[in-house]
Amino acid sequence: MPTTPSDRAKRKLKNLEAVAANGLLHRRLFLRGGAALMTGYTLVPSAAGQQLTDDAWSLAPGVTVPDYGTRSRFENNVVRTLSNPKGEPRTQHARTPHHLLNGTFTPNSLHFVISHAGDPDIDPDKHRLLIHGLVKQPLVFTLGVLARYPMVSRMAFVECGGNSAPLFSSEPIQASVQALHGLVSSAEWTGVPLSTLLDEAGVDAKARWIIAEGADPPHLSRSVPLTKAMDDAMIALYQNGERVMPGNGYPMRLLLPGWEGNMNIKWVRRIQLTEKPGMTFYEARTYAPILPGGKAYRFYFIQEVKSFITHPSPGLAMQGPGFYEISGIAYSGSGRIAKVMVSADGGKSWAQAALEQPVLSMAFTRFRVPWRWDGSPAVLQSRAWDEAGNEQPTRAQLVAARGETTRVPPVNAFPSQHYNAITSWSVERSGEVKHVYA
Amino acid sequence: MYTRSLCGFAVTFALALSAMVASAQSPNLGKPISPAEIAPWDINILPDGTGLPPGSGTPAEGARVYSAKCSVCHGQDGKGGTSTRLVGGEPIKNMESEKTIASFWPYATTLFDYIRRAMPWRQPRSLTNEEVYALTAYILSLNKLIGESETINALTLPKVRMPNRDGFIVRFPDRTP
Ligand code: HEC
Repeated sequence: MPTTPSDRAKRKLKNLEAVAANGLLHRRLFLRGGAALMTGYTLVPSAAGQQLTDDAWSLAPGVTVPDYGTRSRFENNVVRTLSNPKGEPRTQHARTPHHLLNGTFTPNSLHFVISHAGDPDIDPDKHRLLIHGLVKQPLVFTLGVLARYPMVSRMAFVECGGNSAPLFSSEPIQASVQALHGLVSSAEWTGVPLSTLLDEAGVDAKARWIIAEGADPPHLSRSVPLTKAMDDAMIALYQNGERVMPGNGYPMRLLLPGWEGNMNIKWVRRIQLTEKPGMTFYEARTYAPILPGGKAYRFYFIQEVKSFITHPSPGLAMQGPGFYEISGIAYSGSGRIAKVMVSADGGKSWAQAALEQPVLSMAFTRFRVPWRWDGSPAVLQSRAWDEAGNEQPTRAQLVAARGETTRVPPVNAFPSQHYNAITSWSVERSGEVKHVYA
Repeated sequence: MYTRSLCGFAVTFALALSAMVASAQSPNLGKPISPAEIAPWDINILPDGTGLPPGSGTPAEGARVYSAKCSVCHGQDGKGGTSTRLVGGEPIKNMESEKTIASFWPYATTLFDYIRRAMPWRQPRSLTNEEVYALTAYILSLNKLIGESETINALTLPKVRMPNRDGFIVRFPDRTP
């Protein structure tokens, strides 16, 4: 009997070497020509239901092209989750649905947002950016003027210091990757280097800090070391090519690549240069995580190396044994991602993941590993390293240093901040994916 | 704990830049502005009292403003309502400890700065400096951090010693001036 392409495919797959336990395959499998075999979730040839016909949308003219595009109505379930949809007097959080996205940047309408008193409706022509304090000449910039400055573009993630905080819970909270890790997003930001503007104002030799403030109702303010302001800080005007979204700081925001989200002042209207930090509400109180024993960290500037698996993840059920791609997001506030390892047996054996190119500093890096799931229980983990040599900690390591709760908090509470340890997903025999500690 | 810094060069870089005036690379389009024009926005207060305006207030004056403008959310006598309480609190032990003004805030100046920039929640920047001093005095006195008849002004506020002032560890000393 002649062998068909599908017979050959089956044989080739059987011969594939797993590189780690529970069916993790070599990361270059796809590149070596295996991709054609892997496009479906099953290799069982379908017997019926394959008759091809023309559907209605192919048989008549379609809808008129809109002037501002929106996604297909079939994608309307891909939305942020809102913590305070009625805008009651407290903070609002909108979380990114990482399990329904892929690639390395977040669409603008799905970028996470935290607003402490709603998004201000700023008229860009009336907005002003003031630079004053320890400078030779205080200056004011309009948006129109800033648009004439030499600009730079860069990819950068922005992450809330409280992202992933549910993993401080003593028991794993059953929730989606959106609920657990939805307060981080990544975009291409374009704007004017802050150093250009500070330089123009003339930095006084005594200045060591800037205090940045927004035009939002709470006039949110944070102190930032001058070294960071001069190094890679940006007054961002564009987000993924269009003007910054209202929730992300329209018409301009401070971007501090790799640093705690709250410091990236949105709606930025004022930068004062000082010798000492302001010890503002958010640095003195809110973003000061308490350590076991009662002391608290202050100035937790850097979002440390982290990764988590988005596919599969809770809410994305497996469709029976067979081939899947495990993929997820890795990033570090200290530079580029150097390596991501993936385990399917709860951390006993590891396979190196392929990193989507280009790998950019302080931006999302998408990692991928082919996986042959045999239908038995598996525990998936990812672990990242950055180019500075930092290793993503295990949860046990992080908890040993930082503690955990004694009671299970609500999923949207923030028992502490700056959780960057490993996340574990258990894949049950039923195909359901659960959050576990392993 | 887990992060090594890549940015040793940043300090030298910043010092080199700060030594220069108006960059040749800048179009120099920023418009000079005078201190008087800046004044309405010039609201940052530092722990040493830098930025505190003239004026003063007492707990008794603050109590009156508080019942009119704050108690609807923060409850009678600061005991808490739909929003956080502003009085009381246990010593900080672990991440489940409640961060209150008395138990956690390291500097009293933050109270003035935050009330003036952000409260009352629906009408931020509507309070006079006198009212902010009075509210600050009232909240500090509710927490027994000052006496019931003490006056709070630019000289006395920075001297208020908060119980948890030394309860902090700088996370990234090499990045913190
Ligand atoms: C409409 C409700 C509302 C009113 C009225 C209001 N606040 Fe608030 N207040 C809030 C909310 C909400 C927060 C938390 C804000 C956040 O964390 O972003 C807050 C936070 C605070 C805090 C910080 C407390 C802490 O320990 O974190 C202080 C201090 C404060 N308010 C003082 C005042 C004062 C003084 C007034 C009256 C002038 C006032 N508030 C009026 C809603 C209100």
